[in-house]
Amino acid sequence: MAQMNMIEAIRSALDIVMEKDPNVVIMGEDVGYFGGVFRCTDGLQRKYGEHRVIDAPIAEGGIIGATIGMGLNGLRPVAEIQFADYIYPGFDQVVSELARIRYRSAGEFFSPVTIRTPCGGGIRGGQTHSQSPEAIFTHISGIRVVMPSNPYDAKGLLISAIESDDPVVFFEPKRIYNGPFDGDPEKPAVSWASHPKGEVPRGYYTVPLGSADVVEEGSELTIITYGTLVHVAQAAAALVGVNAEIIDVRSLSPLDTTTLTESVKKTGRCLIAHEATRFSGFGAELVATVQEECFFHLEAPIERVAGWDTPYPHAFEWQYFPGQKRLAAGIRKVMEAQ
Amino acid sequence: MSTKSRLHIPHPSARPGDKPDFSYLNLAPAGSADKPSIDAKPRDIEHLSMNLVRVLDDEHRAQGEWNPNLDPEKLQVGLRWMLLTRVFDERLWQIQRQGKISFYMESKGEEAVSIAQGMALRAGDMCFPSYRNTGLYLYRGTKLVDMMNQCLSNTKDMCKGRQLPVLYHNKEANLFSLSGNLGTQYPHAVGWAMASAIKGEDHIAASWLGDGSTAEADFHHALTFAAVYQAPVILNIVNNQWAISTFQGFAGGERRPFAARGIGLGIPGIRVDGNDFLAVYSATLWAADRARRGGGPTVIEHVTYRGGAHSTSDDPSKYRPKDEWASFPLGDPIERLKKHLIAEGHWSDEQHIEVIEEYRVKVGAAWKEAQKFGTMTDGPFLDPAGMFDDIYAEIPEHLVKQRQQMLELES
Repeated sequence: MAQMNMIEAIRSALDIVMEKDPNVVIMGEDVGYFGGVFRCTDGLQRKYGEHRVIDAPIAEGGIIGATIGMGLNGLRPVAEIQFADYIYPGFDQVVSELARIRYRSAGEFFSPVTIRTPCGGGIRGGQTHSQSPEAIFTHISGIRVVMPSNPYDAKGLLISAIESDDPVVFFEPKRIYNGPFDGDPEKPAVSWASHPKGEVPRGYYTVPLGSADVVEEGSELTIITYGTLVHVAQAAAALVGVNAEIIDVRSLSPLDTTTLTESVKKTGRCLIAHEATRFSGFGAELVATVQEECFFHLEAPIERVAGWDTPYPHAFEWQYFPGQKRLAAGIRKVMEAQ
Repeated sequence: MSTKSRLHIPHPSARPGDKPDFSYLNLAPAGSADKPSIDAKPRDIEHLSMNLVRVLDDEHRAQGEWNPNLDPEKLQVGLRWMLLTRVFDERLWQIQRQGKISFYMESKGEEAVSIAQGMALRAGDMCFPSYRNTGLYLYRGTKLVDMMNQCLSNTKDMCKGRQLPVLYHNKEANLFSLSGNLGTQYPHAVGWAMASAIKGEDHIAASWLGDGSTAEADFHHALTFAAVYQAPVILNIVNNQWAISTFQGFAGGERRPFAARGIGLGIPGIRVDGNDFLAVYSATLWAADRARRGGGPTVIEHVTYRGGAHSTSDDPSKYRPKDEWASFPLGDPIERLKKHLIAEGHWSDEQHIEVIEEYRVKVGAAWKEAQKFGTMTDGPFLDPAGMFDDIYAEIPEHLVKQRQQMLELES
C-alpha cells in the first residue's frame, strides 16, 4: 500500500497497464514530454517512449478520431482530452463512430478507446474549465461513462476501463485530484494522505465497471451522488445530523441500478446530487429510476440538488457550486416531508 | 476592386436547361505530367497538385512517365471488375425502384477509382471507404449475394439489419464499416496507419471521401495528424463535381484544386484524371510505395463525375443539366479503358457485350439467391431481439430488460 493522490493513482494505473500490455498507447495535448497539464502522464514518455506516449496537435476531434483508428489496428489507446470542456469538437467521433462501430459492423469491428478527461469546477476555472458534461455522454448507447471520487477507485476503475473492450469516457473531477473537498472553500485544503481511499496498492488491481459503491451505510435517507459531491454529501449529512446512506454511483452508464434501489427501498427517502446543471442532468435519470423501482417504498418526494442551469460563472463560483448548505437544505426537505 | 466588401456565392457553370460547361476544369494533355521519384521532397512536387496526371490520350494510347505499363491481362481484369460494378449498381438501382430495397447509392462513372486503387493496394492494406466505393467492396472479395443481403437487411445481412443499404463492411478483406456520416473515416485511416508504423509493419491505410466532405472538420484533422506523424496513408478525394445539389465550388474548389489541400502541411498532392484507369493505378502505386517506405501521406484528388443521382432519394434533373455527364471532358472510365484495350488489340466490342451479358446473368442469379434469405416483405426475417446485441462487448442488465419488454410486446 502507498499514499497516493488521484493524479498519482491515475498515473500508476497508466504505468501498470502500459507495462503489462505493449499495445496500450496514450495520446493527448501536452501528455508526452511535459507529462500533462495535471501531471497524470508525468514520466511515462521517458519510460515508454515517444511512440507510446504521444503529444497531439490541438484537435480533440483528431485525437479521438485517430485513436479510434489505432484501436481498430489492435492498439488499446488512452486519449486524454485536457478539459472536459474541450471535448465537443470530438463529439461526433464519440457518438457516431466510437459508440457505434461494434453495433453497425455486427460485432466485427470495435475500438477499445478510453477517453480520460478532467471535469468539474471549484478551481476558479470559469465556464470553459469547469463543466460536468457527463449526462451528454450517458445518453449515448455503446459507451461506458465512469467518474471516480477517490484515488483507490480512480486507479482500479481506470485499469478496468483500459482493459475493457468497450469504449469508456472516464471523467476525473479535478477539484479532488489533490485531496477530498467537502464543499467549503474557506477551509484549508485537505490532502488524500488522511483519507482511507488515499491508500492505494502499488500493483495491479481493478474496480469493476458498472458497480456503485456504498460509501457510508445509513438508515434514514439515501444520498445518491458521484464525483466531488460524494465528499460534500458526507459533510452535509454530518451537518444536518442525519444517518444517511451515501452511494457513490461511480459508473454512470451502464448503471448499477440494484445498489441504488436496494438502498432507497431500505431508507424510504432519497436525495440525488450532482455538480452538473440540473435540467436534463444525470440526476433526472436517477430520479426516474428510483421512482420506477421504489415508488411504494418512498416516504417523501425524491429531491434533487444540482448546479444551477447557468454556465459555470467565474466570479460566483461558490454561489453556483452545490455546496454543503444546498445539500443540507435538500436533506432537510426530504427528511421533513411527510 | 470595389469600395465595399463583397459576399461571393459560388455558382455552378450550368443549371438545368443550360449547355454543360466544363471550361472551369484545368485539363492537361496525357503524358504531360512528370513522375517524380518516391523520395521527392513535397515542396519540389507541389505542381502535381495543380496539374493533371493523365496517361490515356484522345487516341486511347498510354502516354508518358505515369504509364504503369500493366499487362493487357491485368487491364482486362480491371475492365471486368468495373463492368461488374456498373452492372451490379444498375440492377440494385432497378431493384430499389421496384420497391424491393429501401435505398441505394450507385457509383456510376467513378468505377476506376475503386477498381484501379483496389488493384494497386495490397491485401494487408486497410481501406476506409466512402459509400461510393462499391467496386472496392466487390474487388476485395465481398460476394455479390452478400452485398445484396446487406441491402435487403435479410437473415444473412452482414450488418444484422442495423444499417442502411450500401453501408457494408468486410473485416476479412480489410474494408472498414461505412458510417453514413461524412468524412468520419478519414482520421480513422490516419490513426490506423499510425498504429501500423508504431508496430513497425509495412501495411498502409487508404481512405476515400468526396469533394463535398473535404469541408468537414474530420478532413482537416486527418490531414494535420497525417502530416505531423507522417502516417503511411493515402487520402483520396474523389472530386465528382457534385455534393447532392451543391457543386464543388461550395466545398472551396473554385480557386485551388482539392489536391492542394495538403500543400500547406507539406503533404504531396497529386491531381489525377479519375476516369483514367492507368493514371489512377499509377498514382496510387506511387503514393503506396512512398508510404510503405517511410515517405508519409499523399493526397490524391481524382477528377471524375458523379454519373448518377446522389442516391435513390435524389433527382439531379432539378439542379444540373441532364446531359452534363455526356459532356464531361474526361468521359466514362469504362469506355476509356475499353477503347484503350481495343486500340491495343486486346479487347473487342463483342467481348465487351458478352461480359456485360455474363455479369447480368451472374448478378441476376445472386439476386435470386439473396431473396431466399429474406426480403423486406417476405420472410425469413431477422430476429428483432438481435437489435440489442453488439452495443457493448457483453449485454448489460438494462438492455436484457428492454429486450424482454420488446419481446413480450411482439409476442
